[in-house]
Amino acid sequence: MATQHSRSAARIMMAPAVFLLLVWMLVPLCMTLWFSVRDYRPLRGGDNGFVGLDNFVRFVSSNSFWPSIMTTLIIVGGVLLISICLGVLLAILLDQPMWGQGVVRILVIAPFFVMPTVSALVWKNMFMDPVNGVFSYIWRFFGADPVVWLSEMPVFSIVMIVSWQWLPFATLILLTAIQSLDSEQLEAAEMDGASPIARFAFITLPHLSRAITIVILIQTIFLLAVFAEIFVTTGGAFGTRTLTYLIYQRVLESQNVGLGSAGGVYAIILANIVAIFLMRIVGKNLDK
Amino acid sequence: MARAVTNNRKALNTALAWLVGLMIFFPILWTILTSFKTEADAIANPPVLFFFDWTLENYREVMERSNYARFLSNSILIAGGSTILGLIIAVPAAWSMAFVPSNRTKDILLWMLSTKMLPAVGVLYPIYLLCIQLGVLDNRFALVVILMLINLPIIVWMLYTYFKEIPGEILEAARMDGAGLKEEILYVLTPMAVPGIASTMLLNFILAWNEAFWTLNLTSVDAAPLTAFIASYSSPEGLFFAKLSAASTMAIAPILILGWFSQKQLVRGLTFGAVK
Repeated sequence: MATQHSRSAARIMMAPAVFLLLVWMLVPLCMTLWFSVRDYRPLRGGDNGFVGLDNFVRFVSSNSFWPSIMTTLIIVGGVLLISICLGVLLAILLDQPMWGQGVVRILVIAPFFVMPTVSALVWKNMFMDPVNGVFSYIWRFFGADPVVWLSEMPVFSIVMIVSWQWLPFATLILLTAIQSLDSEQLEAAEMDGASPIARFAFITLPHLSRAITIVILIQTIFLLAVFAEIFVTTGGAFGTRTLTYLIYQRVLESQNVGLGSAGGVYAIILANIVAIFLMRIVGKNLDK
Repeated sequence: MARAVTNNRKALNTALAWLVGLMIFFPILWTILTSFKTEADAIANPPVLFFFDWTLENYREVMERSNYARFLSNSILIAGGSTILGLIIAVPAAWSMAFVPSNRTKDILLWMLSTKMLPAVGVLYPIYLLCIQLGVLDNRFALVVILMLINLPIIVWMLYTYFKEIPGEILEAARMDGAGLKEEILYVLTPMAVPGIASTMLLNFILAWNEAFWTLNLTSVDAAPLTAFIASYSSPEGLFFAKLSAASTMAIAPILILGWFSQKQLVRGLTFGAVK
């Protein structure tokens, strides 16, 4: 039984975490909101006063806004599609009886632990380099002209790099979910003459739906913020500027903090739409 | 009962899985192998996989060229410091939420998680400005605090789910047997909480180690960790495949090994126990 005494002790124990997170959330958020309605350029005259919703309008109507939204959607959507589809296949494969399952599993999840800056550099130089990259050897081996990946198909290249990093995460979560599937159900279906495809579509896939939703939501939050991969490979050139990167350029490169902050507010709204769905799912889980 | 599987099918699964596994692992394997090659071997055409003159020259040169030890110690300090500080703040919070729940516990937990959704780029400039004002730009302690705050919701959640699983009956049984508060904490609760705390530590260390956005933007020289060390190799003049590989291997090896140990906890930590 929780007594009055233990309740107040609990409040004191929780206070530092709650207080710090509150400050961490409110202070930068308020500052961002404040900057977003001002014409603030640190290197050109500093704070030039209140401009209302000007920055918001200018951010949306700039030439780079819609392309950046498109790029963001292509990168997030592409990586999600690849990591979910391949992730399901991989999870099913890894769930089969085999020799050395533990080792294969370690091989498959390894990319998730590689820091984004390293993976971007390794892919950019050692694989996608048009002269000495591994891909160019393969292309030449088959008599084809090597592709200049990062300038000829830059967005696809970034999707490839980011997918490589996130496929392991999807696989790991989906594999964990698949292992909790009752094998008797599958066997019964097999006895009743259900084809492998029918068993997959009517038993495995529905069982995985919750895990897939979680992978989609968590990855989306992280993928919306992809930064290092673009920073290291193209620096936002060749149409690889995502919303995150566009804001970064406005704030730090062109030092237009007001405009960038307005973009930041859009990014916060976008992330929160995703977050609301995530919270629903996680919240439901808490009740159990 | 698992059904009997023919050895043929098992062999086929094994071959296919190993093929796919090696394909996914290949970029890492290739990087590690290249780090032991001479620069000439690294760009040899056709590429050599294993049969080259193995050398440690690249590692020596990377160590000489940049102060690897300082980047490494910054990484360890920042990732370790933020993890420990995070635990100091999160353990009591998660503890009280798990053992003295109130009507608002669930709301507080969800609210904490919601702070994780704040896109870093949206609040970068305010933090940057605060760091300048406080004179802590490129400062290790500032990064310790920032990374701690970024990961705090995850630490609290993970600890909460672990603590929730400690059965209350055990405590009652200990009390019946005459254990005082001190014995209770020391001999009953701590041994049961330690595994959860340890895996939370591991996961947070990994997340903080690999964090690139804040470390790249808020450090330059003094506090730069390995993420920044590696980014310095992105300039064309630093472009030597073997050296880049050696540097990459040095940056990822510690965390790769830690990651393999914590794969189970990773699922739990990152999905907040929603996938079992």
